[in-house]
Amino acid sequence: MGVIYVLLTISILVAIVFFIAFIFSIKNGQYDDVYTPSIRMLFEDELVKEGQEKSSTPSKTKQS
Amino acid sequence: MIATKCFHCGNECDKTIVKFDHKTFCCNGCKTVYEIFSTNNLSCYYDLQSTPGAIPKELEGKYDYLDNPDIIERLIEFSNENIQIVTLYIPHIHCSSCIWILENLHKLHTSISASQVNFPKKTVRVTFDTSETTLKEVVTLLNSIGYEPYISLEDYTKGNQHINRSLFYKLGVAGFAFGNVMFLSFPEYFEVSEYWLEQYKHAFRWLMFAFSIPVVFYAGQEYLISAYKGLRNNILNIDVPIALGILVLFIRSTVEIIFDLGTGFFDSLTGLIFFLLLGKFFQQKTYTFLSFERDYKSYFPIAVTRISSDQKLEENIQVYEIKEGDRLLIRNEELIPVDSILINGNARIDYSFVTGESEPVSKRSGDKLFAGGKQMNGAIEIEALKSVEQSYLTQLWSNDIFKKNKADSFTNLTDMVSQYFTIIILCIAVIATSYWLFKDASKAMNVFTAVLIIACPCALALARPFALGNVLRFFGKHKFYLKNADVIEQMANADTILFDKTGTITVHKKNNIEYHGQPLSHTEEALLKNTLRASNHPLSRSLYDTLAAYEIMTLDEYQEYIGSGIEGKHAENSIKIGSTNFVGNPDNEKQLNTSVHISTNDNYRGHFIFYNQYRKGLEKLFKKLSITYEVSIISGDNQGERSYLQKILPKTTSLLFNQKPKDKLNHIKNLQENHRNVMMIGDGLNDAGALAQSNVGIAISENVNVFSPACDAILDASEFEKISDLLHISKKTIQVIKSSFIISFFYNIIGLYFAVIGQLSPIVAAILMPLSSISIVIYVTVLTNFMSFKLYHKKKGDVEAL
Repeated sequence: MGVIYVLLTISILVAIVFFIAFIFSIKNGQYDDVYTPSIRMLFEDELVKEGQEKSSTPSKTKQS
Repeated sequence: MIATKCFHCGNECDKTIVKFDHKTFCCNGCKTVYEIFSTNNLSCYYDLQSTPGAIPKELEGKYDYLDNPDIIERLIEFSNENIQIVTLYIPHIHCSSCIWILENLHKLHTSISASQVNFPKKTVRVTFDTSETTLKEVVTLLNSIGYEPYISLEDYTKGNQHINRSLFYKLGVAGFAFGNVMFLSFPEYFEVSEYWLEQYKHAFRWLMFAFSIPVVFYAGQEYLISAYKGLRNNILNIDVPIALGILVLFIRSTVEIIFDLGTGFFDSLTGLIFFLLLGKFFQQKTYTFLSFERDYKSYFPIAVTRISSDQKLEENIQVYEIKEGDRLLIRNEELIPVDSILINGNARIDYSFVTGESEPVSKRSGDKLFAGGKQMNGAIEIEALKSVEQSYLTQLWSNDIFKKNKADSFTNLTDMVSQYFTIIILCIAVIATSYWLFKDASKAMNVFTAVLIIACPCALALARPFALGNVLRFFGKHKFYLKNADVIEQMANADTILFDKTGTITVHKKNNIEYHGQPLSHTEEALLKNTLRASNHPLSRSLYDTLAAYEIMTLDEYQEYIGSGIEGKHAENSIKIGSTNFVGNPDNEKQLNTSVHISTNDNYRGHFIFYNQYRKGLEKLFKKLSITYEVSIISGDNQGERSYLQKILPKTTSLLFNQKPKDKLNHIKNLQENHRNVMMIGDGLNDAGALAQSNVGIAISENVNVFSPACDAILDASEFEKISDLLHISKKTIQVIKSSFIISFFYNIIGLYFAVIGQLSPIVAAILMPLSSISIVIYVTVLTNFMSFKLYHKKKGDVEAL
């Protein structure tokens, strides 16, 4: 009945993938500022309505 | 005149109205900003929020020092061939429009590739191309659209700071392991001797072991280290029983699975550490937009303009390079960085950073100027008398008190309880073990570890962080910002309260003006008002504002004498306004209060006295406080206000005047030597020493974003009258924590019962530990919320009713 081992391995691997994703999100500074992005995401529409240049949000700067 | 509001900044356009594009502006500066935005298709700025802007400040070479490569290098965060990244602090950031415009800087200047705002910190991070632009140009651009970056000496000295995110990682590790271990241990909770469970339980157990290793040695390392440090200093802090519990849990569980004795307590172990970290996280509410560590460096400029004596050449130098005898040029609105002598120019110095007194003082050439003053009136030339570190004000920071960490010398409530708690637990463990040694030796070890496991004071350790964290947030909502949660406990312990006078219990920029002398006739008062109208002196301005309105007339003659007064003439009447000597006051008695004397047609008439305007609710606050606390006022000013203060304040209030910054510090030191817990409430840099020395230092600030010296807490000036309520709440909070300790002991007794009789199964531990922790957390959270809400709002109602 090796299937339990297979399932166990898969479940833990999936968990670890999410865990690593979490660690990386902290490292990238996603939790340093939890307020501004909530406002920033509302701007995009504003820019599209104006229909000028390209309406890209300021690209995320690389974190040092 | 109809009051119209400026389309850009929202100020009233009272004097001049600039019309442009069917919109009104209060000045040309605002109009220019609007022009910049509308020509770049950025007028959306005004749609997001009405009147979001600020009036751009004039430059006049203010940022010339940004040409200096040394200074640039210190400010820049990242730099390679032609890309530079800089993070600038902009105090004006306050709304969504600000974020929008600052993140669209690339539309205003093509060489700016990206800009990102951190709203809570009020910073913008700009990436720009150095082959096309310079830092100076970026800063000038920001300034021209009304977002003036604040660059101070602190930016120069601090370098790149590292953000500590370890608590996030630890919480992540512990939470991840906790979830998985719970999952894996669940089948065995019911101990069904089922075939498949028997088959796989070893795999499950070893997996749990693997998950708990990083939890104990990474996430829980702080507790182990802190306990070790505590033991080495012979202190039984709360981390000692926690660390003991963690280690015993881990070792016993490992032994159990190695010898196949049971499943171990990995679920309780990971859960315990996860909850403890959660408590720590909750307590760690930080106000990123505030700084509690400010010293003079946050206010002093990076560079000043030095005038070389031989060639009359101006150059920008770093303030630390200022030597005795250097000639310096201080422009309008610039800070004087060193003690110096005024050489020439019209000095009007605002010492509000230093003393809290916002009335600028006029100085004449040859007068001594102290570091920390801000020049308010055109450019002046000064000669440095000392270097920056040796100046009168900055010397204060060489005092040892600024090197000491306040938290080290303070035993908090849990650590105090833990001293007894640990000893009692160890006694119980020893007694129970020796009992079992006689009765059934095989169970003795089992009981010993079980006692230590169940006694692990999880609930005890969580009560304080959650209660304090909660109150900390409550205070934050009511404009009282604490540096950390310990401050609440310190506040509850305080028994002596000291207030600074100027700026703390008085209101900035407001005076009570009273006239003493022969009454003035109608024409005289009209003349007085019109003469004042022409003057720009702050005293004239505030006097002008208090007088009744008269029709505007053109003066035949007007003369301003710097440092003494003004003279005006209309038709047959002349008036002199100014100092006693200037107007020829026959009665030359010394006035301690600021006063302005009047004479008409060379006859002395009387004088206006400027009294301090005290904050609303001052009398009531002092009356309330003096019941439970020893209250005193400690001021750097003269005794001018003594009699008035004695009249309005309770008799027990002691008043100390003419106290230098160092005297204030020493006064507090003396009080502390007499075992007093001192709370200092101040506002200026001159209080910095006292704030640092006191057990709790609270800075009162009219605008929390702009200025406050290093302190433990910052209180918005509008909440001044609430100080007694805040103290009351902090006292109540400590009571709530104490009551929660009793509940936590109750849980411990139940747990100990199971442990002592040798019946502690993993499932009992797994239920009891989270149950006790969660119920304690709910208990303190609900109670502190309810209590602070009730106290705060009930008191508010009282005030309104009166």
